[in-house]
Amino acid sequence: MSPTTLIIILLVLSTFGYYVGRRRALVVGCDSAGVKNLHSRPIYYGSLTALCCGIPAMLLFGFWLTFESTIMTNLVVSELPEALQNLPTAELNLQVNKIRNLVDGNIVAGVVEAEIQAAADHYRNLQATSNAALAVAAISVAILGLMIVRAKITPLLRARNRVEQIIRYMLIACSTIAIFTTIGIVLSVLFESIRFFNAVPIAEFLFGLEWSPQMAIRADQVGSSGAFGAVPVFVGTLLISAIAMCVAVPIGLMSAIYLSEYANKTFRAVAKPLIEILAGIPTVVYGFFAALTVAPFIRDSGDLLGLGVSSESALAAGAVMGIMIIPFVSSLSDDFINAVPQALRDGAYSLGATQSETIKNVILPAALPGIVGGVLLAVSRAIGETMIVVMAAGLAANLTLNPLETVTTVTVQIVTLLVGDQEFDSPKTLAAFALGLLLFVVTLLLNIIALKVVRKYREQYE
Amino acid sequence: MNNAHPNGISPARKKERTLDIVNRGLGKRYRAERRFRCYGLLAIVVSMVFLSLLFISIVGKGYSAFLQTFVKLDVFLDPEILDEQSLATADYQGLVKKSLRGMFPDVAGRRDKRMLYRMVSSGASFQLRDLVLTQPDVIGQTLPVWVPADDDVDMLIKGHFDRNVDEGQRRLKDKQLAWIDQLSSEDRIKKKFNTTFFTAGDSREPELAGIWGAVAGSFFTLVVTLVLSFPIGVAAAVYLEEFAPKNRWTDLIEVNINNLAAVPSIVFGLLGLAVFLNFFGLPRSAPIVGGLVLALMTLPVVIIASRSALKAVPPSIREAALGVGASQMQMVAHHVLPLALPGMLTGAIIGMARALGETAPLLMIGMVAFIVDIPTGFTDPATALPVQIYLWADSPERAFVERTSAAIMVLLVFLITMNAAAVILRKRFEKRW
Repeated sequence: MSPTTLIIILLVLSTFGYYVGRRRALVVGCDSAGVKNLHSRPIYYGSLTALCCGIPAMLLFGFWLTFESTIMTNLVVSELPEALQNLPTAELNLQVNKIRNLVDGNIVAGVVEAEIQAAADHYRNLQATSNAALAVAAISVAILGLMIVRAKITPLLRARNRVEQIIRYMLIACSTIAIFTTIGIVLSVLFESIRFFNAVPIAEFLFGLEWSPQMAIRADQVGSSGAFGAVPVFVGTLLISAIAMCVAVPIGLMSAIYLSEYANKTFRAVAKPLIEILAGIPTVVYGFFAALTVAPFIRDSGDLLGLGVSSESALAAGAVMGIMIIPFVSSLSDDFINAVPQALRDGAYSLGATQSETIKNVILPAALPGIVGGVLLAVSRAIGETMIVVMAAGLAANLTLNPLETVTTVTVQIVTLLVGDQEFDSPKTLAAFALGLLLFVVTLLLNIIALKVVRKYREQYE
Repeated sequence: MNNAHPNGISPARKKERTLDIVNRGLGKRYRAERRFRCYGLLAIVVSMVFLSLLFISIVGKGYSAFLQTFVKLDVFLDPEILDEQSLATADYQGLVKKSLRGMFPDVAGRRDKRMLYRMVSSGASFQLRDLVLTQPDVIGQTLPVWVPADDDVDMLIKGHFDRNVDEGQRRLKDKQLAWIDQLSSEDRIKKKFNTTFFTAGDSREPELAGIWGAVAGSFFTLVVTLVLSFPIGVAAAVYLEEFAPKNRWTDLIEVNINNLAAVPSIVFGLLGLAVFLNFFGLPRSAPIVGGLVLALMTLPVVIIASRSALKAVPPSIREAALGVGASQMQMVAHHVLPLALPGMLTGAIIGMARALGETAPLLMIGMVAFIVDIPTGFTDPATALPVQIYLWADSPERAFVERTSAAIMVLLVFLITMNAAAVILRKRFEKRW
C-alpha cells in the first residue's frame, strides 16, 4: 500500500471517527431531556474521537517513514557478503546506491553483480513487508483509538476541555519548530565542520592565505594543492559587501530622507512602492543582469579608460547587490526617521533652521542608532547573498582589495563545492560546511547586534 | 529668547546686527538646502533608473524569444520508410534530410550537406513523427511542414548575429547565409509564436527548450511549501500571540524566529542537504525536499505576518467573546482567527512569492540537474523556474540569452500577480478599528 493511500485511509477513518463519536454522544446524552445532559456540545465528542483516531496513527506513520530507509539499508548491508562489507565507506555507499537504483527500477550503469541483484531483491522484499506492516499497524492504532474513545464517551466526559488541550499541545508543537530549525541548522553545519577541522587545522582555515580546495586524486596531479586558507574568501566577501554598501547606504538613506521629509503624499505613494519593487525581484534576476549587462558595461568602460577590468569584477557584483539592498536600507531608515518625534523637528524649525539643517543636525543624529542597526542588517544580507555573486563574481580566490579584479565569496565557494556529485568524506565537500558555519555565525552575530541596537533605540521615544 | 541671542541686546558693542549676519548667510544656506533636496530626489531617480534599466534590459533581450523562426519543408512521407509496423521508430531524420536535399539539389559533399542539415532543428524529426502517428493517412503524400529552424538561423533572422563579420568568427558560414536568403526569398522562413517555449521541458537545443517543466517543478515545490508553512505558521503565531505565557521559553522562541528570518537562504540549503538528503535519505532533486526547505525558510515570514494580523484585532472583541462565556480556544477560533485571516493570507502570499524567487537553497539539494521530463509528482526529479533561469544563464548559446530573459519575464509576471493579489487582499479586507 502506498503512503498516499494510507494517508487517505487514515483521514477517512478519522472522519468516520468524528461521526461515530458524535452519534455516540447523542445516544448517551439523550435519555429523557434531549441532549442537555452532555458536558460539551456533540461536535466536541466527535472531534475528540477523530483526533484520538488520527493523531497516534499519523505519528506512527511519520516515525516509520523517517527511520524506515536507514534501518532497511543497514539490514541489507549486513546481509551482504563479507567481501563487499569490508569495502571502504565510499565504495560501500556506491554499492548501496546501486541497490537503491535497482529497487527503484532506474537504469544502472555497468553490469549488475549477482550479489547486488540479490541484495536488491532482499531490499524490495523488506520494503514490501515494511509497507504492509506499516499499513496494518497504523490502521489498527487508528481503529483502537477510535474504539477506546467511543467506549469512554459518557455525558460526564469533558470533551471540550480535552479537545482544547490537544489543540493547545499542537499549537505549542508548531511554535517550537523555529527552535528545531535553528538546532537543525547548527547541528548539521557543526558536525560536518568538526569533521573538516579534523582534517584541516582550524587555525589554518581561519588564517591561511591561500584557498584552492581541489583535492588531488593522484599524488602527481597538477594544480591540486588542497589549500584551505579562507582569508582570501573572507576578503572577497567583505570587498563585495563593502561595494554594495557604498551603493546602497547613500542612495537608500537619501531616498528615505526625501520620501519622509520632503515628498508630498502623491509622490510618496508612487515612489515608495516602486522602490520596494527592487526588493521583490528575485536575486537570480539580479545575477543575470549583473553578469550580462553590468559586468560587460564596466569592463568596456574600463577599457576605454585604459584600465584592465576583469569581466567578473567585484565592482559589477557589488554594485548590483547594492541596488538590491537599496529598498532594505531605505524602508528601515524610513521607519526610524518617521519615529523621530515631531516635537524635535518643530523645535529646530522654531530656532530658524532650514529643513536640511534640521535633518542633518537633529533628525539624523536622533535616528542614527536605528539607521546603524538597519545598515548592519543590510550588511548581513549582503554577506549571505548568493545568486548575484554566483553568477557575476568569479571562482578564483585572489587576495586583493582592487574592485576591478575578480574575487570570490563564501557563498560562491559553498555553491561550487556542493553542486554536483559529492563525497562526504573529502575535505573539499566538508569545507563548504565549515564556510557555512562561519556564514551562519557571522550573520547571526550581526543580526543580534542589529536587533539589540534597534530595540534599544525604539524604546527611547516610546 | 533674549538668552538665545546675547549679542542682540547690546547693538552698540557690535557694529553689525545679528540679523545682517543671518541674512548674509541665508543665500548659502538656501543653496545648501536646495542641494540637499536635490540629492534626495537624485537618490530616488537613481533607483528608478536602475529599476527601469533592469526591466528594459530584460524585456529588450527577452521579447524576441516569444517568436521562433520556422522553415517550411516539403516533406514526402515515403511509404517505404514509414513502415506500418515501426511507425514510432522510422527514420524521420532521413525524411527531413531528403526534403532539404530536394530543396537545394546543388549541395554536394559531406561537409556542405552536414551544414545544410544543421539549418533545421533536430526537433523536426520528432514533429514529423507526431504528425504521422496522429494522422497515419498522410503517408505517401508530400506535405508542406513548418519545422523549427536551428537556433543559429533563428538568431540570424532575429538580427542577433552580424552578417558582416569575418566568416571564421561567425557561427553561420557564407553558404548557409546564401541558403537562408534563398529560403526567405521563397517565403519559406517565417517567425511564429513560440509555443514550444511554454509547453516543453528543458533541452540542450535552445529552439526545443521550454519552461513548462520548471513551472511544474516550481508549482509542486510551492504546494509543499504552502501546505507546510501556512498552517504551522498560523498555529505558531496563534500560540505566541494568544496563549503563550511570558516566560523564558517564549522569549527563546521569539528570538529564534527573528533570527531565522535573517539567516541567509543558502544556510537553509545546507540544512536541507545535511538533514533531509543525508540523514533522512529523501530523494535528490525532488520538489518535496525543495518544498520542505523553502517551508522552513518562509515560516518566520508567515509567523511574523500572522502575529501582526492577530495584534491588529482589538482586545474588545476578545473580551466580548470571553464575556458571553466562550472558552479561550473558542474565542480564538470563532472570532479572532476569522478577523485576522486576510492579514495572514497576505503574509502567506508574500512569503510564497519570496519562496518562488528563491534559488540558492534549491541548488544545495540538487534541484539544479538537467531534467527534460516534465515532473508529475512530488518525488519526481524537477527544477524550479529560478533554477532554470540560472542554468540557462550559464549556457553558452546566444539563443539561450533571450530564453533566459523570457523565463525571467514569466517569473516576474508570476511574482507581480502574487504581490498584486496580496495588495488587493489587504485593501479589500483591511479594517480600521
